[in-house]
Amino acid sequence: MRHRTHIRDHDSEAAVFGRRVLVAMVIVVAAFIALASNMYHLQVSEHKELQTRSNDNRIKLLPLAPNRGLIYDRNGVLLAENTPIYSLDVTPEEIDNLEQTLSQLQQLLNFPDSTIERFYRNLKNQRRFNNVPLLDELNEKQLAVFAAHQHKYPGISIEARLIRNYPHKELLTHAVGYVAKINPRDVESLRESGELPNYAASRTIGKLGIERYYEKDLHGEVGYQSVEVNNRGRAVRTLSIEAPKPGQDIVLELDLELQRKAAELLSERRGSIILMDATTGGILAMVSAPSYDPNWFVNGISVKQYQSLLNSTQSPLLNRVTQGAYPPASTIKPQIGLLGLEDGTIEEDTRIWDPGWFEIKGVDRRYRDWLAWGHGWVDVERAITESCDTFYYDLALKLGVDKISSFMTEFGFGERTGIDIHEEVSALMPSRGWKRARFGQPWYAGETLSVGIGQSYWTATPMQLAVATAMVANKGEHLIPRLLRGKIQDGVFEEALIAHREKLTLSDSSNWEIITRGMRNVNMSPKGTAHRAFKDAPYSSAGKTGTAQVRSLGQEEEYNAEDIAERYRDNAMYVGYAPADDPEVVVVVAIENSLGGGGSVAAPVAREILDVWHARFNNGNKQQEKTNADN
Amino acid sequence: MLTTEERQRSPILKKLHIDGPLLIPLIVLSVLSLFVIYSAAGQDLEVVERQSIRIGLSFVVLFVVAQIPPRALSRFAVPAFCGGVLLLVAVLVFGEMGKGAQRWLDIGPLTIQPSEIMKLAMPLMLAWYMNQHPIPPSIYRLFGALVLVIIPTLLIARQPDLGTSLLVACAGLFVIFLAGLSWKLVTAAAIAAAAFTPVLWFYLMHDYQRQRVLTFLNPERDPLGSGYHIIQSKIAIGSGGIDGKGWLQGTQSQLEFLPERHTDFIFSVFSEEFGLTGVILLLALYGFIILRGLIIALQTQDIFCKLLAGSLTLTFFVYVFVNIGMVSGLLPVVGVPLPLISYGGTSMVTLMAGFGMLMSIATHHRLVMKNG
Repeated sequence: MRHRTHIRDHDSEAAVFGRRVLVAMVIVVAAFIALASNMYHLQVSEHKELQTRSNDNRIKLLPLAPNRGLIYDRNGVLLAENTPIYSLDVTPEEIDNLEQTLSQLQQLLNFPDSTIERFYRNLKNQRRFNNVPLLDELNEKQLAVFAAHQHKYPGISIEARLIRNYPHKELLTHAVGYVAKINPRDVESLRESGELPNYAASRTIGKLGIERYYEKDLHGEVGYQSVEVNNRGRAVRTLSIEAPKPGQDIVLELDLELQRKAAELLSERRGSIILMDATTGGILAMVSAPSYDPNWFVNGISVKQYQSLLNSTQSPLLNRVTQGAYPPASTIKPQIGLLGLEDGTIEEDTRIWDPGWFEIKGVDRRYRDWLAWGHGWVDVERAITESCDTFYYDLALKLGVDKISSFMTEFGFGERTGIDIHEEVSALMPSRGWKRARFGQPWYAGETLSVGIGQSYWTATPMQLAVATAMVANKGEHLIPRLLRGKIQDGVFEEALIAHREKLTLSDSSNWEIITRGMRNVNMSPKGTAHRAFKDAPYSSAGKTGTAQVRSLGQEEEYNAEDIAERYRDNAMYVGYAPADDPEVVVVVAIENSLGGGGSVAAPVAREILDVWHARFNNGNKQQEKTNADN
Repeated sequence: MLTTEERQRSPILKKLHIDGPLLIPLIVLSVLSLFVIYSAAGQDLEVVERQSIRIGLSFVVLFVVAQIPPRALSRFAVPAFCGGVLLLVAVLVFGEMGKGAQRWLDIGPLTIQPSEIMKLAMPLMLAWYMNQHPIPPSIYRLFGALVLVIIPTLLIARQPDLGTSLLVACAGLFVIFLAGLSWKLVTAAAIAAAAFTPVLWFYLMHDYQRQRVLTFLNPERDPLGSGYHIIQSKIAIGSGGIDGKGWLQGTQSQLEFLPERHTDFIFSVFSEEFGLTGVILLLALYGFIILRGLIIALQTQDIFCKLLAGSLTLTFFVYVFVNIGMVSGLLPVVGVPLPLISYGGTSMVTLMAGFGMLMSIATHHRLVMKNG
């Protein structure tokens, strides 16, 4: 509109403006009050909560894994140790060109493309700002090469941690066991037991053997480090540390040299050897063959490797010592003889005529003795020494299966021995009631005869045989076998207590003598079934051989080990103790599908291991103590 | 009542065209800004050095602008506005050729940010335009004024720079408001704005701008993504409490949980380290500057000067309010720095040039009277 109007009312215009400025001032004041009250709300009313969130932001509680307790043998030799390994970790946020860096590292450290692929997979699954491992285990050369070039690679670091190592590899797997990565099932059970927080920093957990049984002691208690972190989760400084409490060291009763000898004796064979301290129940050696290297499991076993273990016809995963359920065969003749004496069914001088077979009245079947032409007149002592089957057919039939079953249960058959590893089966002590419940069938007299010589449905683990043999050697003392010798807590050795079950008391304790005489003769009389094996032993000993049929033979069939399939060959068993008069050690040998019986195959193995034991523990008693003192 | 000393000093400041009451809080804030930036930038002295140079330069600009009489300023209005709009168009055209957001024009060694020119050109232009006729303006002049406001606002919003376009629009709208826009029209405009919101939402806003609004409405909906900034900012402010964590002791800022620490979110750093006490003092300083600006506007006689001074002051208020409002969760996050405290050059220079104009108005008004 044209030119400036000259008739402007300056005062009224100023008044219009002045009123507007006043309105603006009110708005400004109102806005400032709004800002200030919002600040008051944040900084006073919500201060506590926001301060907590600020602290949550900056303070991270990093769990610190406790060092796992070590495992020693009785002489202080390390059986399980913690060794440092070095991994190469990547912090992706700190690397400009990840692809280029990785290919440079690949040239430098020489690792396959699959490692890089795996790294990218892990990277995707990783939370932000966390390190991602590139190489799990650097070898010495890689470690040295990278250390020299480290300054060129910001965001790549070497991280050290301890991992479990079993220096004796497959030698102790079934006793010591192993640790492996914590899996979701472990997490679940740890959560149920309320132990999960204690495993916040732990990567592995005991999965087998001693490592599993004494997990609580070995693991220790988690520690915490509270650190201040920046927005990338990088620790800037440590605010406080609550050190983790290391696990207890564990000392086992095992003697590594005995164990090694036992493993040697079983090499290439399937079977097991137990050497148990007859006075304490301590396991000096326990070998289940074949075995496998527990170190495979520590860092994660490959599926292929695991499948090969699982599907092997040799069943290396089976702990034959406590999970191998074998017919005990003649090794239980001492206990059944004892029942006959205790029961009054036979006397010390009760004799029967053995023509080489036994017949039940009215049953048209001959039950054969292992000695085809028969043992002639035998009493209970001789029946043990020569392992006369006919005597025991007769005795078993007179006793009946239920009496045998309940008496044998007192020796621990059909029950777990309670040894301190979880891998144990109860095997089977049959009875009428059991058969009815299991098969809905009555018990037949013929089966009682088989039970009388440790066959039929009766199975026992070598560890059960060791316990039952120790009971005879100790005249009724029922020891619970154990691997633990003691724990070391804060440098102080705490010896494990000897554990017993209820002692078996006989009405006439002299009956023990009759039976043990028979067993002594097995090894020491020229007629004994293990006499050849124990000829000229520098110590006295007692024992019992057994040859268990894996497959029952037809009426007229002759057993010939060479002719039948390896799987169906007899198992050779031997149980024994030494010295005969004052038993210190119990030995059990069980060899599957052997080419000979207990006397010819198992007894010589027992002899050899006892010789080593004798050298180390008796003649060398003083030396033994000295080694202990050195440790 | 003036003391003897002030009576003696005032004429000297007046001759230099400096307004003492305005200068003092500006200096206090500038010095304070160096301390806060030092802390926010991870105790990097180089950053502080660069900012000191900018502050020095800004005060020179303030001083120079203060020497220009308001009459001369009003002569700049039309060419500055037209030039600014042309440059904004140029930015958009070259921006299309490049990619993404483009706010600068590179002319040889010189970098020009036309939206910053517009921050001053807009109030100048509108004040000039309104002063062509008596206020309150007629409905036709009002329409003309709105067109003048909308063109540069949309051009800047297209860049896209929501924060600056908001400030530029405010500068223009404040002139219209102060010129006595009838309340009926204010109400109508509010309704129109409400009606315009869906259009803005669906057609004019960029995705990231919509994200900001959604995040503002509920920051916890995406605590690690777009809500992260505002959540961390509120944690910083709230954890400061009444007394603050102490200078250089703010964990949220020192450990880098806060985003944009030395620029848009510097108020959070300040609140964390100096607490509510510091915040109240800071608000008081800002309040004092705004009060002083409005008093200058009231005291000056010329309508052009009144409108210009009022608009500059209220725009400064919007700066403060939007920045503090956004970092404390009252307003959505738009890129508006905290005036005089945030690190950054261009906006500081523009701001100080504005205060230069205020000082010119405050110290030249008697002359204007004589001439008028």
